[in-house]
Amino acid sequence: MGDPNKTLQIRTSPHIGSAASVEKIMANVILALMPTVVFAVYLFGLAALATILIGTLSCLLTEYLFCKTNSKPSSINDNSIIITGLLYSLTLPPGLPLWMVCIGGIIAVLLGKLLFGGLGYNLFNPALVGRAFLQAAFPSAMTTWHPAMNVDRFTSLPSSSLAFPFTTPNYDAISSATPLAAMKFDQVLTDSSNLFLGLSSGSVGETSSLLILAGGLYLIARRMMRWQIPAGIFISVIIISMITHNISPNTYPSALFMLFSGGLMLGAMFMATDMVASPITAKGCFVYGLLIGILIMIIRLWGGMPEGVMYAILFANAVSPHIDRWAQPRPYGYRKTKS
Amino acid sequence: MTYKSFPNGIHPPENKDYTSRLAIQQFPFAPVLIIPLLQHIGEAALPIVREGQEVARGETLARADGFMSVPIHAPASGKIKRLSLVVSISGKMVPGIYLEPWPGSTQEIIEGQPCLLDTATPEEIITAIQAAGIVGLGGAAFPTHAKIAASNNQNSDHYIDTLIINGIECEPYLTTDHRVMLEQSSDIILGIRYLLKASQAKRAIIAIEANKLDAVEILQAAVPTDNPISVKVVAVKYPQGAEKILIKALLGREIPAGEHSSSVHVLGINVATCAEIGRLLPHGRGIQERVITISGPAMKKRGNYRIPIGTPVRFALDYLGCHDDLSEVFLGGPMMGSALPSLDIPVTKGTSGLIAFTEKETGCGLKVYPCINCGACVDACPMNLNPSQLGLLAKQQLYVQMAKEHHLKECFECGACSYVCPSHIPLVQYFRSAKTYVKKNKAA
Repeated sequence: MGDPNKTLQIRTSPHIGSAASVEKIMANVILALMPTVVFAVYLFGLAALATILIGTLSCLLTEYLFCKTNSKPSSINDNSIIITGLLYSLTLPPGLPLWMVCIGGIIAVLLGKLLFGGLGYNLFNPALVGRAFLQAAFPSAMTTWHPAMNVDRFTSLPSSSLAFPFTTPNYDAISSATPLAAMKFDQVLTDSSNLFLGLSSGSVGETSSLLILAGGLYLIARRMMRWQIPAGIFISVIIISMITHNISPNTYPSALFMLFSGGLMLGAMFMATDMVASPITAKGCFVYGLLIGILIMIIRLWGGMPEGVMYAILFANAVSPHIDRWAQPRPYGYRKTKS
Repeated sequence: MTYKSFPNGIHPPENKDYTSRLAIQQFPFAPVLIIPLLQHIGEAALPIVREGQEVARGETLARADGFMSVPIHAPASGKIKRLSLVVSISGKMVPGIYLEPWPGSTQEIIEGQPCLLDTATPEEIITAIQAAGIVGLGGAAFPTHAKIAASNNQNSDHYIDTLIINGIECEPYLTTDHRVMLEQSSDIILGIRYLLKASQAKRAIIAIEANKLDAVEILQAAVPTDNPISVKVVAVKYPQGAEKILIKALLGREIPAGEHSSSVHVLGINVATCAEIGRLLPHGRGIQERVITISGPAMKKRGNYRIPIGTPVRFALDYLGCHDDLSEVFLGGPMMGSALPSLDIPVTKGTSGLIAFTEKETGCGLKVYPCINCGACVDACPMNLNPSQLGLLAKQQLYVQMAKEHHLKECFECGACSYVCPSHIPLVQYFRSAKTYVKKNKAA
């Protein structure tokens, strides 16, 4: 032995650990989101790029400054805030005035995350809290949609993006309806394959179901996401839309349309699966997914808004702790029949 | 081929290749052997030797103090140096014997009253097992005779139908049971026949994980055709070696909370314990040595050794050599083993391994994050508890609530939850403190 007087460490078992870490999980979620982010920039050009940059930076800065002013160790290295920033930006309409993007980001992080106690304590998905605030505060800007694949999308930023705070933004391009709004208000159906590939109008990162699905499947394969949540959502959405579509095909769209339109795919794969705000057991997660699907369908089919994913997830977030209490695992040696 | 297993559990890196192909070697005698009087669960043995007395290898040094106790035999021929206090793994000083082996002695083991399979009654076998000082060599060190006797009660419905010989060895690094199965198959079969007779079980199952198929082959070949002994392979998963979990994996039976394996008609015996029964009983000898794995990245020479009970860890490390960046030594496997507070602690009957880590493996200072509710611990817990919930309660020191509402006492500290936690929360450590608190307050 080398040094006989060397001090040995005494730790309690287990003496080994897996390589898993919060940072790694978060970094993988960011990686899984990248195809969606790149596609958003391809589809909407600078408008999307500016929204994503400003949205993410405002979240990042808010957390940084909050930690600094409260003399807490900075919590931005765990990567979770970048996910919040990215997800938040991806739910916004491209061409949304950037000052609104900024305000929503601050609200998302402050109200949605930091005031609850930071990472691990947020009751709601912070990104959706920010978006819900914008939806309430600026309803018209939040439902004015920029067309996809504009020819000059890489050369000029839409003038609405640069609107001065508290002025009415000027929309230079003809605003186009999202597939869901077109369906709800004008009964115009968008082709499901276009929806699947994402070549339609909508929020920055909600359009390509294909890429979102790919990112989600990657996380499921790496066991960093509970598949029970998207599965639950898909199942209830498919069942309800099949029933309603069969009853009245003209009023109620098909299951495929429902799955691939609006924020459903992004919501199901990346929003509802926020670990902190969803139940902890596999069984609980499935029930939580089913609940979200049901809420989405109620809002979409009979609500006043064309889209309901955001509110459905926020409601389910609130119910999640109660689902957890109900879905506790049955410990070894405790039979159900025994009281 | 897919093998049976239990729900949940984890797959830590096995690291068994270091030693799994190395045959068991005899370890030399240390200049002084340190022999604690309590090496098992129950009452400490009572010394029957004086300081300065000369003893022969295999002679009884201390006799059993009642039924929940076993005698201790001399691991070497030599002289009793001192009867005094020795360091234990908890850091406490406990009574023990210091024995100085004779350097030039032939170290022949003396024989006692043999217990022969064909003539002995079940009661005689149980008595002989106690007299041989046999305890669970898997790590728990529960007196084996007491385990058999407790489940061998013909008047109650706690009869035994199945004897499970546990050759799972799911802890990383450890290869002692593996080597014993490869090299001592006839001892094991003989041990099983003693145990079948003593417990009056109808059949015996030797359970082995799929990473030891060579042992499966050897044991299958060793099983006599007219015996109700079968070898069953289960999938590799930690902590399958835990008796409760193994019973579930093999037979699908769950021991009701708070009860013993006899309530599901099972007697579980570790394979090394079984081999010792087969090796010692025909000669009337007692345990004076055991097989352990000495391994880990900090060791220069690794291997499986038949090591005298009482060998100080310091001597073992010095003899085999370890690297300069040695930073942690623990007895047992890395998942459930205990780190040593001192290198003067000896190898005892319950020691299955001696693992040394370097600074690289101990890599402390991992940042602890709040629980992110990922559910990895819930998916890992073999007892189907909710470690996340327990951890949150422990942080608020709501220990009583943990015990009353969340089944704290079912946790056997396998470490699976801490292992998988991405937030690096020391869950098992929390649960240990909570259990200690609950126990203390119950006593008060």
